Amino acid sequence: MLDFLFRLLALVRKESLSVLKDPSSRVILFLPVLLQSMLFGYVATYDLSNVPYAVLDQSRSPTSAALLAHLDGTGFFRRVATLQAVSEIAPAIDTQRALMIVQIGPRFEQQLMAGDTASIQLILDARNSTTANSAAAYVGSVIDAFNAEQSQQRGGPAPALTLETRAWFNPNLETRWNFMPALIATLSMLQTLLLTALSVAREREHGTFDQLLVTPLSPTEIMIGKAIPPMLIGLVQSTLVLLVTRFWFHIPMAGSPITLYAGLAAFIVAGVGIGLSISALAANMQQAMLYTFVLLMPMMLLSGLTTPVSTMPRVLQIATLVNPIRFGIDLVRRVYLEGVGLATVLPDLLPLLLIAAVTLPAAAWLFRNRLV
Amino acid sequence: MSASASTTRTGGFWARLKALTRKEFRQLLRDRSNLAIGIALPALLILLFGYGISLDVNNATVAVVIEDASPTALDVLSGLQLSPYFTQRNVRSMKDAERMMNAREVEAILRLPSDFTGQLAAGHGRLQLIVHGADAATARAIQGYVGGALAQWSARADDRDAHRGATARGAPFGAVTVEQRMWFNAANTSTWYLVPGLIVLIMTLTGAFLTSLVVAREWERGTLEALFVTPVRPTEILLAKMIPYFVVGMIGFAMCLLAARFLFRVPFVGSLWLLLLSSVLYMFVALGVGLLISSATKNQFIASQMALLTSFLPAMMLSGFLFDLNNVPAVVRYVGQALPATHFLELIKTLMLAGNVWPIVFKDFAILVGYALVLLTAARLVTRKRIA
Amino acid sequence: MSRPAALTAEHLRRSFVVKEARRTVVALDDVSVSVAAGSLTALVGPDGAGKTTLLRLAAGLLAPEAGRLTVLGIDVARHPQAVQDRISYMPQRFGLYDDLSVQENLDLYADLHGVPASERSARYVRLMEMTDLGRFVARPAGKLSGGMKQKLGLACALVRSPELLLLDEPTVGVDPLSRRELWQIVRQLVDVEKLTVVVSTAYLDEAERCSQIFLLRQGRVLSSGTPDSLREHADRSCFVATPPPDQPARWLQARLLDDTAHVVDAVPHAGEVRFICRREVESPQTLEALNGAPIRAVAATLEDGFMVLLHQTEPAKAAAAAAPASSPKTDGPGHATDTVIEVKDLVRKFGDFVAVANTSFSVRRGEVFGLLGPNGAGKTTTFRMLCGLLPATSGSLSVAGVDLRRAPSAARRHIGYVSQKFALYGNLSVEQNLSFFAGAYGLRGSLAVDRIGSATRQFDLDALRTTPTSQLPGGYRQRLAMAAALLHEPQILFLDEPTSGADPLARREFWRRITALAEQGTTVVVTTHFMEEAEYCDRIIIQDAGKVLALGTPREVRAQAKGDAEAPAPPSMEDAFIGIVERSRGAVAGDAAARATA
Repeated sequence: MLDFLFRLLALVRKESLSVLKDPSSRVILFLPVLLQSMLFGYVATYDLSNVPYAVLDQSRSPTSAALLAHLDGTGFFRRVATLQAVSEIAPAIDTQRALMIVQIGPRFEQQLMAGDTASIQLILDARNSTTANSAAAYVGSVIDAFNAEQSQQRGGPAPALTLETRAWFNPNLETRWNFMPALIATLSMLQTLLLTALSVAREREHGTFDQLLVTPLSPTEIMIGKAIPPMLIGLVQSTLVLLVTRFWFHIPMAGSPITLYAGLAAFIVAGVGIGLSISALAANMQQAMLYTFVLLMPMMLLSGLTTPVSTMPRVLQIATLVNPIRFGIDLVRRVYLEGVGLATVLPDLLPLLLIAAVTLPAAAWLFRNRLV
Repeated sequence: MSASASTTRTGGFWARLKALTRKEFRQLLRDRSNLAIGIALPALLILLFGYGISLDVNNATVAVVIEDASPTALDVLSGLQLSPYFTQRNVRSMKDAERMMNAREVEAILRLPSDFTGQLAAGHGRLQLIVHGADAATARAIQGYVGGALAQWSARADDRDAHRGATARGAPFGAVTVEQRMWFNAANTSTWYLVPGLIVLIMTLTGAFLTSLVVAREWERGTLEALFVTPVRPTEILLAKMIPYFVVGMIGFAMCLLAARFLFRVPFVGSLWLLLLSSVLYMFVALGVGLLISSATKNQFIASQMALLTSFLPAMMLSGFLFDLNNVPAVVRYVGQALPATHFLELIKTLMLAGNVWPIVFKDFAILVGYALVLLTAARLVTRKRIA
Repeated sequence: MSRPAALTAEHLRRSFVVKEARRTVVALDDVSVSVAAGSLTALVGPDGAGKTTLLRLAAGLLAPEAGRLTVLGIDVARHPQAVQDRISYMPQRFGLYDDLSVQENLDLYADLHGVPASERSARYVRLMEMTDLGRFVARPAGKLSGGMKQKLGLACALVRSPELLLLDEPTVGVDPLSRRELWQIVRQLVDVEKLTVVVSTAYLDEAERCSQIFLLRQGRVLSSGTPDSLREHADRSCFVATPPPDQPARWLQARLLDDTAHVVDAVPHAGEVRFICRREVESPQTLEALNGAPIRAVAATLEDGFMVLLHQTEPAKAAAAAAPASSPKTDGPGHATDTVIEVKDLVRKFGDFVAVANTSFSVRRGEVFGLLGPNGAGKTTTFRMLCGLLPATSGSLSVAGVDLRRAPSAARRHIGYVSQKFALYGNLSVEQNLSFFAGAYGLRGSLAVDRIGSATRQFDLDALRTTPTSQLPGGYRQRLAMAAALLHEPQILFLDEPTSGADPLARREFWRRITALAEQGTTVVVTTHFMEEAEYCDRIIIQDAGKVLALGTPREVRAQAKGDAEAPAPPSMEDAFIGIVERSRGAVAGDAAARATA
């Protein structure tokens, strides 16, 4: 037993040195993760913050001015132009100078004073339909508030029906709060997968893998020895992203760190298992890189990172059941944002452990039995 | 056969280029990994993006807790049911609803409190909407839909009151309504703008990533050494490398267009020729990046990492493909605007969805031409017949 | 009318920055060379001598840092393309496209060189005749054997007649038959077509066939001249000693080699020992190391001349080479008769391809056993099966009583293995490598420290303990690989082509260590494609195309090569190999013909 541990320790030490000794490879391991998490944090958002719009106010009345003031006051819309004629609308939108045109008709105020409904035209550039829909929804709520305010100002009653909204776990409904926790899992998985996928393939190319197999180290020991350093590195990377999430973007963590790390550990082990299997299967580094890339694409896209799994067609949803990133993201989001305990994330934890339990022994078997 | 044979040489630029290009095509077709990246991966991406990724919220489930089952309450709710965007599940108690929300069976809870009818009659009816913050985009959308549906109910209620001649509501003042028109995306689906973005991704994949891998691979294998000691010129080597991968890239483009047209029914409003021309132009840009990186690094692993980091990842994140550049901080937006992918995306989205908007066409064409010239020249300068 | 010199190099200097190692390696230092037109010139030297750099400079692929290089009257540094239009170059990695067929590769080079179509067909016919690749025109170049690839590489360089042909180590790893054929082709090019050919090689016997030789060592020209003039350095100093019949030749060779005061070099050959005496020694027959063995004088070979030159320039290193390696004590020297390795009817197939066909042999404790054969013969495959790295398709094998493939970890502790590429962890230091292998083999604590210390002392690595392995010069890497394999004092040592690319000094030193190890009871199993190194072995097996052609002591194998009793015994193992292989291939062809006509 002691023999086994000593051998393993020698291997783990060698693996760690191989990866960490060179200063440039240390940088590559940790700097990109930091930069990417910051980049994603600022880029990955579906929340509107700066919608350029133009106005064609044919009414030029105090009421229309009041309405526009409401719109400008939200801070989401930035007026880039005040149009003078209907003919200017198409060019403004076509050339993407404005994403949205608000057109107020000439009889706007009169209609309202007479108690009729006055409709304004909202023209939206749906070349990005998500943004367009969001903008429309925002405008809608601004109009509702305007209507209520105008009615009350003229002595009308408060609106009969109000809607109180409360959000669980994400009070301001910022999409960044969904992305960043997901990144804690995803970014480290990317690096870990690449690292492990190349490890055995590189040794095979350099001939050192044969040397390894001839020593008293058994394939299982080799597998464990090669799995531990990437796991630790992956956990450190996750921690970096966690720190950026918590202290740079100020997204509070609701769950317990122990649960989070337990989940992350299972997640990274699953990734390491997949990476080692790819590495053991590939004949050389080129193949290993190719397999990894081809696998990563669908795994990332179908993971729930950018769009929820529930919006995917049934077939694809079933396909994600073998995708560790899907479970990892769900697990981390739940623990980080919602603060749930281990028992609740069991449906995510178990598949991860299953993936690890299948891929790690498979890798060990492939070390010896992959016919070159 | 004497030793001084240079006099009877035939050949020259075209003969050599033809021979080299033939060799490149053969290598491309016989190495399956190249085909995997060049053809299979794009096909996979098309299917995944077309079917798997959707940024539209259109099947959210809302749990409705009716603590007060009066006709008025049900009338209010019937207004909600008219919305095609979400399904309603009636639940008996808040506890059940919260359990369902925790288990993510529903994305929101709408609660009519027990005193609803009375409050409404008194003029301050309250509805409670609880959304799940784990998916903020969906939550906002639900908030918007519910708010809108209720506003419509209010408007109709006011109309009815007005018809009945009730004036208890005080001085009449009209309400503003919004007539919205979505231009360029009649189906109002994210697929219509994701699919043009796919074209960008796929051409970047082939032009930058695949090409950089292939050329770096040849450097590593050492076959360029023997090639250099022939009359071959560096320009010929570069051109010969570009041509097959240009073809592969255009095949990817064609696959995307066909999928867009027949699978996803994305319209082509603008001119097909302009679309083709702009894709050819961007292909040159992508090839320039790939050739530059691989000639400079001469190492497969580093070349592929750099290609991913400098072209593919930015094309996905910073070009406006998934995330609208209007929403990002100014600094990030400037970085995005500096990328050729951003301009290409803008160009094809406009051409496909909006038509031939000439100011945009000219501007983006000019930028792409500039990039292509700079990158290809740089690639040529870096490729020299020297081993070290 | 004599033609001007084809190539003139004056005071060339070129160095490289090795990025991972962060140091500058001087590849060529003040090299001046002149190659006459129409001659066959050899650049000789071990790995790292600068041969490839010089050829690349001549081909315009590199620019010199200092000095001038004129090829065909053109300054290469300034007009490389002009030179490249007129010469042909075959690099070490042949420049063949694996995915393209033989014909497609040829066509490509013909197109690039602008060979007119009318000339082509005649040319191709001649090339196919020369290289015997006519049957394989449609086969992808990646699927050719090593020898065939080299021939194809040569053919591609000859699609047109260049004014100068540069060949970078065209015969490395190729079987002796193909080597001979390649040299015939080259010789013919020079004699008949009046080409100027410059060949770089590590084989001194090949250099002997050239009209001019430049000996390079560590970036400098050690010596130059005709083969005769170089041989003269060892004139009248060469002798052959006959060891007593019951002793392996290597014992006598070892003792002679150790006598650095009187002996420059000693090497076993044809069952006897060739040695070079220092000029001062008056009566060589009275040397103590001989122990009364009879000697006779012989003519010097090029290798002898080279060794004398080497010893003149680096006497200190020569002494170090002769230092005996200490090794673990197991049994006494070689009289044990127990079998440690047993192989019966071993077969290995890859699909339809039979890599190893029905091989049987056994190895006794303390024996030095050699597996010989060219690349693709099956020796590396056999080797890997012995080490447990590859499963056998059928047959049985046992090493130290167990099948290493299924054996528990404990069994592997008695094995040491040095792989072909000296597989060591490049970015780790010497010490880190050693301490990893110590740990992997179960050495811990003070034992590990002791053994690592003695290994670095013994292999002269003390000064380099903290150097990353990738920075070590080639010879030191080999030593480190051996040191790592011996840390745990294995009973059986497997060495896969441990001497390829090494210079004669390094090879002597290596075999001296092996001899010392064997003397102390370690069993050594070695593969090599240097046929002459078979002489160091107690028994050898020769494989070709997977089949066992010969098995026995070197003497027995040479006798077998004799065939019919009338022909005299061939003098060298290489000739013996060629004889055996030709006969066996002739027999195979005869069988096939017989079956065809039957």
